[in-house]
Amino acid sequence: MNTVWSRFNISSVVLGFAFLYLPIVLLVIYSFNESKLVTVWAGFSTKWYVSLLSNQSVLDAAWVTVRVGILSATVATVLGTLAALTLVRFTRFRGRLLFSGMVFAPLVMPEVITGLSLLLLFVAIGLDRGFITVTLAHITFTMCFVAVVVQSRLMTFDRSLEEAAMDLGAPPVKTFFQITLPVILPAIISGWMLAFTLSLDDLVISNFTSGPGATTLPMKIYSQVRLGVTPEINAICSLMIGVVALGVIGASLVNKRREVQRLRDEQAARQGNG
Amino acid sequence: MLAGFDNPTSGRIKLDGQDVVGIPPYRRPVNMMFQSYALFPHMNVHDNIAFGLKQEGMPAADIDKRVAEMLKLVKLEQFAKRKPHQLSGGQRQRVALARSVAKRPKVLLLDEPLGALDKKLREETQFELMDLQQQLGLTFVVVTHDQEEAMTMADRIAVMDKGHIMQVATPAEVYEAPASRFVADFIGNVNMFEGTVTGAKPGEVTIATKDGVDVTSQCTGKPETGAPVWFAIRPEKIHITRGKPSTGVNAAEGVVWDIGYLGDMTIFNVKLPGGKVVKTATMNATRTAEEPLSYDDKVWIAFAPESGIVLTS
Amino acid sequence: MQKALAAIVSRLVIAVPYAWLLVFFLAPFLIVLKISFSSTAIAMPPYTPVLDWTGGISGLIAKFGEFSTFNYEFLFDDSLYLKAYLSSVVIAAISTFLTLLIGYPIAYGMARAPATIRPTLLMLVILPFWTSFLIRVYAWIGILKPEGLLNQLLLAVGLIDEPLIIMNTYTAIFIGIVYSYLPFMILPLYSALEKMDYSLVEAAEDLGCTPFGAFWKVTFPLSIPGIVAGSLLVFIPATGEFVIPDLLGGSQTLMIGKTLWNEFASNRDWPLSSAVAILLLLLLVIPIVLFQNAQAKAQEAGK
Repeated sequence: MNTVWSRFNISSVVLGFAFLYLPIVLLVIYSFNESKLVTVWAGFSTKWYVSLLSNQSVLDAAWVTVRVGILSATVATVLGTLAALTLVRFTRFRGRLLFSGMVFAPLVMPEVITGLSLLLLFVAIGLDRGFITVTLAHITFTMCFVAVVVQSRLMTFDRSLEEAAMDLGAPPVKTFFQITLPVILPAIISGWMLAFTLSLDDLVISNFTSGPGATTLPMKIYSQVRLGVTPEINAICSLMIGVVALGVIGASLVNKRREVQRLRDEQAARQGNG
Repeated sequence: MLAGFDNPTSGRIKLDGQDVVGIPPYRRPVNMMFQSYALFPHMNVHDNIAFGLKQEGMPAADIDKRVAEMLKLVKLEQFAKRKPHQLSGGQRQRVALARSVAKRPKVLLLDEPLGALDKKLREETQFELMDLQQQLGLTFVVVTHDQEEAMTMADRIAVMDKGHIMQVATPAEVYEAPASRFVADFIGNVNMFEGTVTGAKPGEVTIATKDGVDVTSQCTGKPETGAPVWFAIRPEKIHITRGKPSTGVNAAEGVVWDIGYLGDMTIFNVKLPGGKVVKTATMNATRTAEEPLSYDDKVWIAFAPESGIVLTS
Repeated sequence: MQKALAAIVSRLVIAVPYAWLLVFFLAPFLIVLKISFSSTAIAMPPYTPVLDWTGGISGLIAKFGEFSTFNYEFLFDDSLYLKAYLSSVVIAAISTFLTLLIGYPIAYGMARAPATIRPTLLMLVILPFWTSFLIRVYAWIGILKPEGLLNQLLLAVGLIDEPLIIMNTYTAIFIGIVYSYLPFMILPLYSALEKMDYSLVEAAEDLGCTPFGAFWKVTFPLSIPGIVAGSLLVFIPATGEFVIPDLLGGSQTLMIGKTLWNEFASNRDWPLSSAVAILLLLLLVIPIVLFQNAQAKAQEAGK
């Protein structure tokens, strides 16, 4: 197939990416603005980053966010993996329809509804809003995303690997831990990363379910933004973007190198012996 | 079902006289080589082969010894530390084989063991597998859809149709004396004539076929006159000549309809006046025939009474 | 013993996530449903009746008498809410269409790019997903403000004489939604277009189609599953959107997600916001079911 990458195609891709990235780039640039006015360039400065580091409430919020993220992503990964196993491996049990509905509904449920309903639950059972409630809420909505990621990996999983292990004498539970789990581990890890990022980003559900003392970074940014655009917010945002970009690019580089290595190995194998 | 992943709805499976139905796969003295090889992608070759032995609780030193022995058997000594994706298809196949025989099972099941290899490699490996089987002295049960492969490798072939065994016999018996039309048709090429018995002598019947050819054939059973039967004959047992054969019986005139030159032999499809196309195969014993047959040439086909077989089902 | 262990383990595999979802997804939802039939009270929690077991079964039954459809009647009586629902749907629909118009050429261009750079392009589309939604919306405030970067640029170039008022209008909401949800549109479109065998287009042109004709008669119909999936992926969350109308749309624009939040946070009318939530969900049931069907079909075809 000789596709000609036409001028039209190139320009639509370039313009599209410009649209996607320009706002973010501008945001980062203006975080280095000397002036207090975000939109007037007055020279390069890192003073907003410095003032950020001495802003205790922002640092507190960041710490809360990271803790909520790690804890909720970890629990959500366990629950989501179990849910995925249930969906793929147990095709017949009472209440399966309800179960798959409950796994998929939160994916498309407007966040305002998820947030409101969880808040009303916490009020009804008398749980004070705070760190625990945000974490519970984040577990609930991120576990469904983990379930979807792991489920799609399990669907393409070659069942004959498990059959082979059992054929060679490994009982079912052992087979799961020695064969199935290691093979689907990459999907579980990307499920964790997805859950962690979703938790870091979430504003609406946190807004409903969090309480005093458990302000997350998005909540902090949101309350600041409502007061107006400041270079300091630009600086927080730039830092968050930087961290995420480093993580994603690093992960993809590792992946790419592994892929290249694999291709090279396969080539060597083909040449070495037919 | 033999490996234990499925249970039969009826009937028994006996291994050395012991009923194994209900024993889960991980307790059966039966191992299996999978069509996809099912090599564990996260373990290297050594660990793959050692997997079954570890499940048995074999001491580590013995495991290493057995694995080394297996690697030598399949000639992959220098690949022990490689991961499956670093191996070629043929190497993976041999690792899968080594893994499945490492536990010395009573029976080894091979599910389309050579299906993923290309044709040349497959033919080589067929003989390698047979040698291995003799060295190890295990019973191999090979599942295959490739009739040629079954003929090459097997001591006994079981032809199955929709879960029923149609015939169990040596390759030669299955080919030369198929038990039914299905078997005759399934293994190799065959010309099938439908007809009715017109006369029967001990060991011989005459049949009037619907295609207008009268057939005299050897027959072991004793079909009654008037009974519907089928006469099956392999293409290579039909002679094709330009002149009328002298015997008079089992001969018919037709025209050359299709020619397929295969190198070692040539296939002539001959169309009879009734419209039936008969497939014949002639070995090309010499490099050039004096007067090669061509399309639409008038020819005679003939065969000996003991060449075909009469089938009643 | 192994068999018994396996049976217990598989029970647990089902039971743990099941129980979690029952408690934290289904139960809260039922509570919302219940409260939407309650009336407001100045108390904590701010609604009555509060179901509790102190009155026993008979007390519970008596309290059911206190339930009312008052909130729903109120929602239908007050045109503000109907307008909010309607404008949410209209805004979401228009934004979805705009997203499709912008996303299609991008996805098409990506799918026709040389195979070597396609993974990189794909990663570049996914990358914004990983940056916070809030940050991406915030970035537009600095651009769209009257004294923002867009107006500065246009004034400098001389295209306009006075700043355009975009901030706090529906236009700003459209821009925000299109920008935030563009990857949702591009990804399914891209996967549909990339899967497509390009020799089909060559065959069509060989049989006498013009390039545009070939696109319209071959490429476009084959990408319809991607269009459907992408459109629903944008439409469904956009309808319930809260952050974008709140930050970019200002106080004058109307969307139901924002109304719900205001009823809840500012007016502390929990029963009414519950009723708003229930109606929003009912509104989205049809597109959600459509989406699930499309997904199931795609999965079936993929097998």
